[in-house]
Amino acid sequence: MLTKIEIGDHPLDINALNAWLNQSPQDGAVVTFVGKVRALETETISLYLEHYQGMTEKVLTHIVKQARERWSLNRVVVVHRVGEILANQSIVFVGVSSGHRHAAFAAAEFIMDILKNEAPFWKREKTVDGEYWVKAKDTDKASLAKWG
Amino acid sequence: MITIRFFAQIRELVGTSELTLEADGLTISQLLYQLAQRGDKWTMALKEKTVLCAANKQLVDYQYLINNGDEIAFFPPVTGG
Repeated sequence: MLTKIEIGDHPLDINALNAWLNQSPQDGAVVTFVGKVRALETETISLYLEHYQGMTEKVLTHIVKQARERWSLNRVVVVHRVGEILANQSIVFVGVSSGHRHAAFAAAEFIMDILKNEAPFWKREKTVDGEYWVKAKDTDKASLAKWG
Repeated sequence: MITIRFFAQIRELVGTSELTLEADGLTISQLLYQLAQRGDKWTMALKEKTVLCAANKQLVDYQYLINNGDEIAFFPPVTGG
């Protein structure tokens, strides 16, 4: 069982993270999620990600611990970018390896749902019309309901 | 003495990222009331129910009793991921 949690201001190396996840022959399933900066509705140029250093790592560690209590998981990785991130670039990578797919699918979704509601990150969006803080979505709060 | 930290739009509204003051023995609720006396922008930024609070990097509710040396943080609902 290995866990990798990283916060950094450099672009995510998705290939390296996938390689790290795929190293255990006993794992029958690897599920990954990549969250990206969308550039559709408001013509987003970039996002600036602020976070609460120290608390972020603590919260992410606790989320992974909760996931491991619910499902049998082998490797778990959560990498989140901070600072300025351009449209179409990756913000977050969550990956889970497990013996079987149900645990891997569920755990990856669980980690993202809790991260969205509890990890202290804030997005400031730069658009062609100016800059503003992104508002928290009610749908993110609602997605907690399925985890009890 | 305690340290108070502000993040995101709350930091921008109050115009500082950090301050220290005497507040041990107060609840978060009482501290919010005290900070709101500093002016309109503080009142606007630090409304109960909209502001989240952490004590020593862990989420707490408004009834949390502040201890000497605590790091208290106020921030808006999170928007990562």
